[in-house]
Amino acid sequence: MPYDSAFLLRAYRTMKTIRIFEERCIKEFEAGNVPGFVHASNGQESIAVASCIDLSDTDIIGSTHRGHGHSIAKGCDVIGMMKEIMGKATGLCKGKGGSMHIADFDKGMIGANAIVGGGQPLCNGAALASKTLGTKDIAMSFGGDGSANQGTVLESLNFAVVLKLPHVFMFENNGYGEGTGANYALGCDSLADRNRAFGMPSEYVDGTDFFATYEVCKRAIAHARDGKGPFAIEAETVRFDGHFIGDPQLYRGKDEIKLAKKNRDCIKIFRDRVIKEGWLKAEEMDAIDTEVIALIETAVKEGLAAPNPDPETDLMADVYCSY
Amino acid sequence: MTNKIKGPSSIKTYREAINDALRQEMRRDPRVIILGEEVSGGAGCEGQDDAYGGVFGVTKGLMPEFGRERVIDTPISESAIIGAAAGAANNGLRPVAELMFFDFIGVCFDQIFNQAAKFRYMFGGKSRTPMVIRGTVGAGWRAGAQHSSMLHPVVTHIPGLKVVMPSNAYDAKGLLIQAIRDDDPVLFLEHKIMYDLKCEVPDEAYAIPFGEAAFPREGTDVTIVAISNMVHRAIQAADELAKEGISCDVIDPRTVSPLDEESILESVEITGRLVIVDEAHERCSLAADISSIVAEKGFSSLRAPIRKVTAPHAPVPFSPVLEDAYVPSVERIIRAVKDVLGA
Repeated sequence: MPYDSAFLLRAYRTMKTIRIFEERCIKEFEAGNVPGFVHASNGQESIAVASCIDLSDTDIIGSTHRGHGHSIAKGCDVIGMMKEIMGKATGLCKGKGGSMHIADFDKGMIGANAIVGGGQPLCNGAALASKTLGTKDIAMSFGGDGSANQGTVLESLNFAVVLKLPHVFMFENNGYGEGTGANYALGCDSLADRNRAFGMPSEYVDGTDFFATYEVCKRAIAHARDGKGPFAIEAETVRFDGHFIGDPQLYRGKDEIKLAKKNRDCIKIFRDRVIKEGWLKAEEMDAIDTEVIALIETAVKEGLAAPNPDPETDLMADVYCSY
Repeated sequence: MTNKIKGPSSIKTYREAINDALRQEMRRDPRVIILGEEVSGGAGCEGQDDAYGGVFGVTKGLMPEFGRERVIDTPISESAIIGAAAGAANNGLRPVAELMFFDFIGVCFDQIFNQAAKFRYMFGGKSRTPMVIRGTVGAGWRAGAQHSSMLHPVVTHIPGLKVVMPSNAYDAKGLLIQAIRDDDPVLFLEHKIMYDLKCEVPDEAYAIPFGEAAFPREGTDVTIVAISNMVHRAIQAADELAKEGISCDVIDPRTVSPLDEESILESVEITGRLVIVDEAHERCSLAADISSIVAEKGFSSLRAPIRKVTAPHAPVPFSPVLEDAYVPSVERIIRAVKDVLGA
């Protein structure tokens, strides 16, 4: 068995936690308990988990507006996340950030980012700090296919090569930059090829396949950690929900989501594989499902019960360290 | 509002009025094009075209009428969008570029302030850059720090740029038509909280000149200058205060660059008291700017210190309770008016 069962159970639990978390966010948003703009990552769980499962708390990730999955995969507390998404004082960012601005520096999660292409330059910086300080930590940036066309990202790819930074660029290609097709917005035939042209190893992987994605990530992380410079990955995936929760998604094909859920559900694919290989039993995973559902239920309950910030004391807190 | 409308008109939302202006100008002038992210939506997708019409639905219906050649969905590449708009404007088109959220000027600011804004002057008056950048501003959507800023003071600071901030559907249509016909780069800032606000709007095309304030309430005790969405809060405050016998002169500058200084100074000459309401932070803001203009040019009219009602010196918080405390409220405006009256 190429993977030990503890690893497999952990991967499954994390993916399932993301799935249930996102599905519950959608429900709570619709119930009016989650304010603002929320971008769910259900369907893309395998990439977040395959990317982060071997990272330590001192390795850095930089995320996107669709960042709940990355945060959970990097070990952020889901209860603190739910509170944050609900704008509560005891949320991970004291209710100041919300869904698009979750960060947990203790877990090496330096922030979701509401600016497309905002995270990749920052991850170069994290990688530069690691290289300069000699810590051996690596940085992994997440970005969508949409972000691949942002000037900041193209600059960052070149910059990382020039400075030989320990930075893995993970591009999650879910086929849509907001409501525009990746086929249209990416002028090239292959994002992986384009990234390779910057002068770094670059690979394409089917992101719905946890194991294939994990193996690429493992090579990429080793490459970066060994001081060989950056590595780019294009992982093709499926976005089960809209660009944002509430997006009517008129631009999507008829039955596209239904078919994707049937045939390209990364968690289903994982389950089928591990059962078929005899690596895990269905009952083991079902037991995890029950625990995860209970955990998210607790997160929602605690989130709803958590206190709001106090404008008197909190509105002006943390603008500066000192002023 | 005090707009005297002749001819056919209809009740339109702020969103519809902007759409109307774009459609009429595009019909009139084939050089007018629109470009931005999802200004139509659905490019390269299997589903419907024109799926978004802009993330707030403002440009809906324009692509079906004018085609993808004139309503251009772009990659998520703000520098390229604004640079292309500026270059196209220099070379015979009249582009209307959209920044989905005006916060994204952070990504493309060079193309705005180093390029578009400076061409005319730097090239000795030889170039024209007839472009419009539409962007959504303001808090209230629980959209967090990177989608809620009021950055008009940043662009108002820059010579070569014109900055337009309509507070209602009537002004939005007339000012956008003026912006499209204008030969300079114009930033047209739409407060996202106002898209569903309605008022009577003429059906025909009309242009409202820049630098001419509107006067939604006339009064003699205190001048309140308010911009964008704050105009509505100022009006509410003025109506509340009127019940207590306090008469407020509410001025909506409509464009902040150029700014109708004269109307503000004339009003303060009568009232002797000034309250400025601005959703931006106070430091180096439009409120600070107007305050300094009045202190310098209208000092002898003033009978009380000027009061500014602004957002605090902090980014926009996400949590609804904090965001509500962040945006200047009607109560704060009323308090400021009473303060300057010593009431």
